[in-house]
This record gives sequence, C-alpha cells and structure tokens, in this order.
Amino acid sequence: MSRQIVLQTKNVGKYFYEPEKFRVLNNISIDAYKGEFLTLVGKSGCGKSTLLYLLSTMDTDYDGEIWIDEKKVTGLTQNSLAEIRNEKIGFVFQFHYLLPEFTCLKNVMIPALRLGHYTREEIEERAYKKLEILGLKDQALKPASKLSGGQQQRVAIARALINDPKIIMGDEPTGNLDSKNTQIVFDIFKQLTSEFGQTIIAVTHDNDFAKASDRTITMQDGEILDNGMNV
Amino acid sequence: MKHKHNISSEISFSYIVTNKKLTTIAALGVTIGIAIFVFMNSMVKGFDRISTESIFKNVSHIRLFKDDETSMPLVKNSQRQLESVIINPKIVPENNVLVNPDALIKLLKSQNNVKVVTAQTNVNVFYNNGKSQISGLSTGIDIEEANKMFNIKSFVVEGNADDLKNVQNGILLGVGIADKMNVRTGDNISITSSKNVLKIMKVVGLFRTNNSITDKSKSYINISLAQQLLQKNSSYITDININIEDYDNAAIYAKLFSKITGYKAEDWKAANETLMAAANMRKVIITVISFSILLVAGFGIYNILNMTITQKINDIAILKAMGFRGGDVVRIFVQQALIIGFLGIALGLTLATVLVSILSHVYVGGDIGFFPIRFEPSQYLKGLSFGFLVTFFAGYIPARKAANVDPVSIFRK
Repeated sequence: MSRQIVLQTKNVGKYFYEPEKFRVLNNISIDAYKGEFLTLVGKSGCGKSTLLYLLSTMDTDYDGEIWIDEKKVTGLTQNSLAEIRNEKIGFVFQFHYLLPEFTCLKNVMIPALRLGHYTREEIEERAYKKLEILGLKDQALKPASKLSGGQQQRVAIARALINDPKIIMGDEPTGNLDSKNTQIVFDIFKQLTSEFGQTIIAVTHDNDFAKASDRTITMQDGEILDNGMNV
Repeated sequence: MKHKHNISSEISFSYIVTNKKLTTIAALGVTIGIAIFVFMNSMVKGFDRISTESIFKNVSHIRLFKDDETSMPLVKNSQRQLESVIINPKIVPENNVLVNPDALIKLLKSQNNVKVVTAQTNVNVFYNNGKSQISGLSTGIDIEEANKMFNIKSFVVEGNADDLKNVQNGILLGVGIADKMNVRTGDNISITSSKNVLKIMKVVGLFRTNNSITDKSKSYINISLAQQLLQKNSSYITDININIEDYDNAAIYAKLFSKITGYKAEDWKAANETLMAAANMRKVIITVISFSILLVAGFGIYNILNMTITQKINDIAILKAMGFRGGDVVRIFVQQALIIGFLGIALGLTLATVLVSILSHVYVGGDIGFFPIRFEPSQYLKGLSFGFLVTFFAGYIPARKAANVDPVSIFRK
C-alpha cells in the first residue's frame, strides 16, 4: 500500500545539557502517514514528549533531519518554522492554554486571523463550524475562562483545527480529562483522521487510548522500541 | 497572505482592558513626565526670551568698533641682536575711531540679512547739578534708527524720545540719574565731558531699563552733540551697531563683518559671555531634570509590561506554538506600551497646557510683569517625540524578552 507520508524523521537525535550532557534521543527514524492516528507511548523520561516537540518544530536543537509535508524543515529560520506551524500543524496540550480574556470563538479564530487566508467573516463562520463539530456552538460567545475543563479542552481542539492542518499534535491531550471527556476527544480524533484525512500524533500515558489508535510507537530510553508497523 | 487581520493589536488591547488599573497608573506616570517636561522647557524658553530681550535693550546683535591697539617697537627684537631694545608698550591714544564711517554703514547695509545699521558715539561724562556730580556714559545716537534697534521708546517712562530729534541739546536720562539730580522732563542739566566741554542739556524724557546700573549712569543724546563733547568732527564714530534677521547667527555674521571692514565685530553672545554661560547652565539643569522625570515614567511602562509578560507567559507560548513569529509577539507588547504612552502623552500635553496657562497668569513684577511663559509648539513637539521614544524602548526591551520565550520550556512544566 503506498500511503502518503506527511511527516518523516531521519536519524534524529538530541542531547540534553542540563544537568549534564545526556543523549536523550538517539537514531529516531519514523514515518507518519496521511489520515493516520498515531500514538507515542513509553515510560516517563523515555523521550517521547521531547520527540514530539522536535516534530512540532518548536525545538530546533537536534541532529538528523525532519521532513513535514515533503519539505525539509531542519535548518529553516524561526520565522519560516512559525509559518509552517501556523498553516500545517495544530496543537493540543494537557492544559488548554486558551487566552482567558477572549471568548471561545475568538480563541478559535486567532490562528486563522494570523494566517489570513480568509476574511474575518469567513473565519468566524469556520470557527462556528469547528465549535459545532465539538458540540460547543452554544458556548461560543462565553469567555474561555467560564467553561468547564472538558469544554475548554474541546475549544483548544477546535482552535487546533481552524486552519485545517495536515498534522495535529497532542501532548497528553486527555491527561486532564475524565473518562467521559476522554471518550469524546478520542471520537473527535478518530473522526478527523477518517473523515478529513488529517494526521494525529499524540503522546499519551493512557494505554486504552493508545490501543484504540491506528498505530502505536513505543519508546524506551530515547530509542524506538517498536514502531507499530508489524501489528 | 491574502487578508491581513490585526490580531496582535486585538491581543494588546485586551491586555490593556484587563489591566485597567495598572495601565492607568503607568499612563499617569507618563502624563506627569510629559507635562513637567513640556512645562519646564517652556519655562526656560520664556525665561531665555525675556533675558535676551533685556540684553537687546542695550546691546545690538553685532557691534563694530576699533579695538585698542598696543604700541609696538619699530625695531623688532631678534635673538641675534646683542643689544636689547627697551620697550614700553602702551595703548595707542586717540585711535578708537572708525575711518570713513559713512562708507562702512553703506557697505554693511548692503549685506544680506542685515536689518538695522546705526552709528553711535559714546562719551564718558559727568552729570552736574549744582555741586553734585555723577559720572556716567552718554550715548550719541540717531534716535530714529536707535529706536528701531533697541526699541528705546518701550522703556521711556516720562516725556517723549522723539523730542530728541527736535531739541538739539535734548537728553534722555536714566531714572536713577534723574532721581539723584532731582530733575524732571523739561528741566536743564549740565554735563561735562573728559575733554572738559560743558553743555547745558534739556531733559526730554526719562527711561527705566530696570537694570539699576544702567538707569543710574546712562543717557542718550544726539550724535552730533556727542561729537561736540569730544571736540570732534561729524565723521567721528566710535561704534557701528548692526542688527541682523536672526540673532542666533550673530557670531557667523560678526566674523564676516570683521573680515570685510577690517574692524573688530563683536557679537552679542561674546559681549555677554557670563549671561550666556548662565543661560546654558540653566538649560542643562532643566534638560537633565526633565529627562530624568521622563525616564522614570518610562520605567513605569517597562514595569507594567514586564508584569504582563510574566502573567501572560502561557499565552505567549501558545501563540508562538500556533505560528506567531517573534515579531508578532514584539508587536503585541510594543503596541501595548505605545497605547499606554499615547494616553499618557495626550493627557500630559493637556496638563502642560493647563500649567502653562496658569503660570502665564502669575504676576512676578518688575519690568517682566506676568511670568514670561507661553505655548511653545517646539516644546510640545519635543515632548511628543521624546515621549514616544521613551515609551517605545520601555515597551521594546521587555517585548524582545517575550519574543524569545521558548514555548517548549513552558509546555513541559
């Protein structure tokens, strides 16, 4: 089966220098395909989050190469990396990181306003649609700080989706959620990959969450233990 | 990018609105800084103007005269000479006269930017009334031209300066002399020159410059009478006074006039070095004080921005993750600073206007009257530009710090 690769790493490695020099990632080569729901698992300190932040282009201190959407991102300037993140990557973290002064709707709109592919009216309409997908349309005009934790996390997901990114990256996206909300988030992720062909790469501690994903990469001591391709 | 949405300014606005109290305090800091900056500088400007005006009551922009010369030996003393030449250098007497003054005046009048040129002859005199005698200086002038130059009429307090034209032996006396000599307009007074010429003068008016030394010693007489007092002919002129368009350029023109006439031309700043030094000192003091206050206001803004950045470090991290560039983040906080600065500056200029108008109604007395302060557009412009400059840097320095926030370090906490 020839599937389109949207993200690829070639022999990626990284050192930590504090408190002493330490090889935290070594020889990581992975592929992520279009429309794939990929989870990264491993014990604490195995380097999975570190890897995710390398993939996110926010951490540029590594060796090896990273390719996103058939373009080498290693060595690009901070500004071009910012453009790539803006257009092609959506982020969901354990904490929602919404701007508390703004309404949910505005929070969702911010990345699209930065990107500027549409008029303000179009962006607003699209933001409403994303909120609708996440079942939050009636909360759109409330300040982000007035929502419950599960709702806030869903707003954060809507924000990650606003620019229709190729890849959505999650660092423990369900880490702070109860089982009901975890299920909701999981279903949304599933829907995004199957219906919209977006790729999800999520770091998780939740084994059930990982098991239910398309593929699970297991890491240990900074190396890939199992890339999940044989399952 | 097809559409440009100013999301950065929306974010900076929201930070201002949520931090109303702190924003107001920071803006008030700028208000006070700007108000005092503009107010103090306007005050100095007004003060400088009044002191310059009072200088020009006595002094022209440029004075042309023949400098005293010291006699030199005819034989030069060289080292090879065995015998020494004994010399006794002295000021050459009777040489402080300008040769062919009419031609000089004509030449000077033909120069660019020259407004008024008038000849003058000074005579050291004794004012006598009965047995009492006061020494002083009588200035021989042509009243019409001298009035154009020194605005003599503006400080004549009794009588009429124009009468000098009609009354050949008229004299315009300083009020100090008049008091001591107990004379009034219409009275007679006798003066004696150093050449022992005695003239009976008719007082046509009194003037008061509020410089008591001047008022107690100076008088104006017709130039021809001054020449008679010195037993000289009508071409005997000791000084030529020149006023130019812009008195700040006097030094440059003085040099030029010196060159073309061959006599010494002294500009008013050189003639009043002590006064100029005092004015410069005043300027430096005020500048230092007003800039310090402005700087303190800048620290107010710097503070509030540093606080906002610490508070909003999560926002900054997520914005950077979502693709905001370093420049976008800088824009958010610089804009916040500039908005605070703008509010502060606008209020500050208003406050300065109020302060200036209050002070301009304060009576200080003397010949000054009301405090010599007025609205100085140049100071407002200066306050505006320095205000924005300080605000910009007070915003830019913390904003750059925010732009360099490493989002990963925030997310991994």
